[in-house]
Amino acid sequence: MTLDMFIFVFSAIVAVFGATMMISQRNPVAAVLYLIVSLVAQAVLYVQLGSVFMGAVLIIVYAGAILVLFVFVIMMLNLRGKEDLGDNSPPISRATKYIISMLMVAEFVFIVHGSVFSGPGGGMLEAETVAGFGSVEGIAKLLFTRYLYPFELTSILLLSAVVGAVVMAKRREIHEQSDSGSVSIDNDSNEGVK
Amino acid sequence: MSDYLILIPLFPLIGFLLNGLLIGRLSRPVVSTIACASVFASFVTALLSFIELTNMPASARLIEQTLFAWIPVGELNIEFGLLVDPLSAIMILVVTGVGFLIHVYSTGYMSHDKGFGRYFAYLNLFTFSMLTLVLADNFLLMFVGWEGVGLCSYLLIGFWFERKSATDAGKKAFIVNRIGDFGFLIGMFIIFWQVQSLDFAEVMARAPHAFIAGGTLVTTACLLLFVGATGKSAQIPLFVWLPDAMEGPTPVSALIHAATMVTAGVYMIARTSTLFMMAPDALMVIAIIGAATAFFAATIGLAQNDIKRVLAYSTVSQLGYMFLACGVAAFSAGVFHLMTHAFFKALLFLGSGSVIHAMSDEQDMTKMGGLKKYLPITYWTFLLATLAISGIPFFSGFFSKDEILWKSYSSLYGHPIFWVIGVVTAGMTAFYMFRLVYMTFHGKERMDDKTRKKIHESPRSMTVPLMILAVLSVVGGYVGMPHIFGVTNYFEEWLSPVLAGHEPPTHALASTSGGGAGTEMLLMALSVLLVLIAIYTARLFYNKKPELATALRGKLTGVHKTLQNKYYIDEIYTAVVVHPLIIVSIGLWKVVDVIFIDGFINTLALLYDGISQLFRHAQTGRVRSYVTVFVIGVVGILGWLVMR
Amino acid sequence: MVPISAYLIVAVVLFGIGTMGVLISRNIIVLFMCVELMLNAANLALIAFSRSLNIMDGHAFVFLVLTVAAAEAAVGLAMVITIYNNRESINIDRFNILKW
Repeated sequence: MTLDMFIFVFSAIVAVFGATMMISQRNPVAAVLYLIVSLVAQAVLYVQLGSVFMGAVLIIVYAGAILVLFVFVIMMLNLRGKEDLGDNSPPISRATKYIISMLMVAEFVFIVHGSVFSGPGGGMLEAETVAGFGSVEGIAKLLFTRYLYPFELTSILLLSAVVGAVVMAKRREIHEQSDSGSVSIDNDSNEGVK
Repeated sequence: MSDYLILIPLFPLIGFLLNGLLIGRLSRPVVSTIACASVFASFVTALLSFIELTNMPASARLIEQTLFAWIPVGELNIEFGLLVDPLSAIMILVVTGVGFLIHVYSTGYMSHDKGFGRYFAYLNLFTFSMLTLVLADNFLLMFVGWEGVGLCSYLLIGFWFERKSATDAGKKAFIVNRIGDFGFLIGMFIIFWQVQSLDFAEVMARAPHAFIAGGTLVTTACLLLFVGATGKSAQIPLFVWLPDAMEGPTPVSALIHAATMVTAGVYMIARTSTLFMMAPDALMVIAIIGAATAFFAATIGLAQNDIKRVLAYSTVSQLGYMFLACGVAAFSAGVFHLMTHAFFKALLFLGSGSVIHAMSDEQDMTKMGGLKKYLPITYWTFLLATLAISGIPFFSGFFSKDEILWKSYSSLYGHPIFWVIGVVTAGMTAFYMFRLVYMTFHGKERMDDKTRKKIHESPRSMTVPLMILAVLSVVGGYVGMPHIFGVTNYFEEWLSPVLAGHEPPTHALASTSGGGAGTEMLLMALSVLLVLIAIYTARLFYNKKPELATALRGKLTGVHKTLQNKYYIDEIYTAVVVHPLIIVSIGLWKVVDVIFIDGFINTLALLYDGISQLFRHAQTGRVRSYVTVFVIGVVGILGWLVMR
Repeated sequence: MVPISAYLIVAVVLFGIGTMGVLISRNIIVLFMCVELMLNAANLALIAFSRSLNIMDGHAFVFLVLTVAAAEAAVGLAMVITIYNNRESINIDRFNILKW
């Protein structure tokens, strides 16, 4: 087993483990922390694929900003994992849900397996990458040339998201104005993404 | 310099807007001043255009003004254009001149009515519409005026809308007119289809190439136009509305239902005479309908006791004369009679209005009599008009009526039978008119004492128009004297540029179709003789020996009853047209609409309702169940991809 | 070298876990996190394809997806707050007044 393979297997296991733990937590704060674990492992995979910048962005934006926003909201609503979430769904319903999601994964795996290995290079990654692959410069070039309009449109999307969030969380009594305050923080984090 | 044409219809429109928008805010003198002044201004402008026409060379008498492109759509290019030529010049002079006199008369007649402002607003609107009709230079604009006068007619017939009979009469007039308008519209469509234009000048110029002379299409188009004319001008079979229209104020009857609007059909036919000349069959139909209408209306007039109804049937009858003239291609004679008729019939109506006014709104002639000494001015003017309509020599009606009679005999399209009917009708006209005069102004005073005490001659505002119209009734005919008197027929010459080529030359025809000046003289003498006999009979029956009339009535009970009930035409129409329509409508409503259409829709709705009741429970409102279904869908699609 | 399919399978598995989380989670905040996880799984697949095809366009898509995720989180959490203020609950099944 090469080092490369070892890093991949380790990161993949951690990512899947983090995701699995996340969905099985009752306490939302714990769930957020497990999601961060999974994200960090994914960032390692990004770096392994040569996307150093995107790996960094993933950690900074997701782990650093968006999930912090989640934590803010959880704390603001004062959730401790002991809230009444009602009765469990009937077993048949739960079983159905497990089965269909697993079925979906199985189908995806089948399709990926069948299509990728018949693709160019037998599905193996080329050793050499184009110059500047995954670099800031390369991404910037793309975003300001070919993807200029979508890129500019994201600014409108973010703006409307900011407005929407403020409007929705506002219209409250005075003690809830802190809500919009937290929303404005998440706007700042969006700016960070940009 | 033709920019002033728009002023002619514009003045009454302004008057209408002022009076209509400021209803109830203007005092009566102001209202009447606005109304009369606007029509008078219009009259002066019309006179100016007339003078300009006379200064032009005879063949080029034409003033046009195009205001704007009204409907420019593809090939259809309709302009809002006005046109004055010798024909419309006569019409605008009659409309504004007689209209002005009637406006003045109305200020006196309507002075005590609470709808004073409304009345004059309608009257001005009518004048505007009528002027649009006669000034229009294309079919569509003419149709706008045509509908406009129909609307005003409806409004004014139902002017006293508190009376059910008045509103019913208004509705009847409107609906019957709509039937005619339908024909007019279809005729217009045919013309546009074939000629690709609705402009009068273009249609007349292109018609000889677009239509086959005497062909089915042009005949159909002409007949449809004539259907429109029968509606507006009260000819068989659509004349039933006109007698009922007498529910309106009397000046309205004079203006709309005698002098101007009802002659629109004649004007229209004269205007499109080129087309009609291409359809001899249509002309024959017109002549037959005209003669028949003249005859039947006159017979009905013999037995009516309501003063206005006699005049109404007389109008229908005289309009029949005009159509007879058009039908024998003597368009200028028709227009000539239109003009003289406008004078004396307006005078007759206004005179009867004066009588009604004096008699405290009594219209039944059997309750009048001996009014001569109370209403001298009314009497003398009325008598002059009666002489004119009866065709006594050297009054206006004599010239125009005789012209028509002679043409119906001598024209290429004429026939001696038309002449016979015309003369008999002339005799009956003289009879019922003098019957009216004798019953109203002579003999015993049959009114009650209360009414008698209130009888008074009308105010100056009413009598002056009467006198002016009386003068016109007497001298109006001298512009169109027949050739045999050795003078020029100015009227015919004046109209000849518009109608030239359509009019069979009188002299030539007189010699070819077996008559000459001698025949014309003879026929004229015959008709005058018959008229004199009729007058004498009327005098005998209704003045000297009333018992004779009673005896005759006793012998001819059946005939008299039929005539008095107007041949039961209204009843027949009700039974044949109205009732079946109502029954069919009820059937459509109760069976087709309620059971089939509503039933179908309601059943469908119930079906969907049931299905929706069943399926709406799928909408649980739970996001997760939706997502579950969604993921099942994804699994399905992926499964299909895998299986492929 | 690690074959591309290995990365894709990791992405697919993460996506499946996210889906399962959305299906079974009753906590609306966890549900949102699951959606974020699914978006990230898609991102991983995009990066892997980008590397495999040796062109960088995939990075641009990842960038756009990140933006959408951020906007979605902002609006979604604002909605959570509003709903929580009305219903005093974070149980997704209780937000079911929008039904038949």
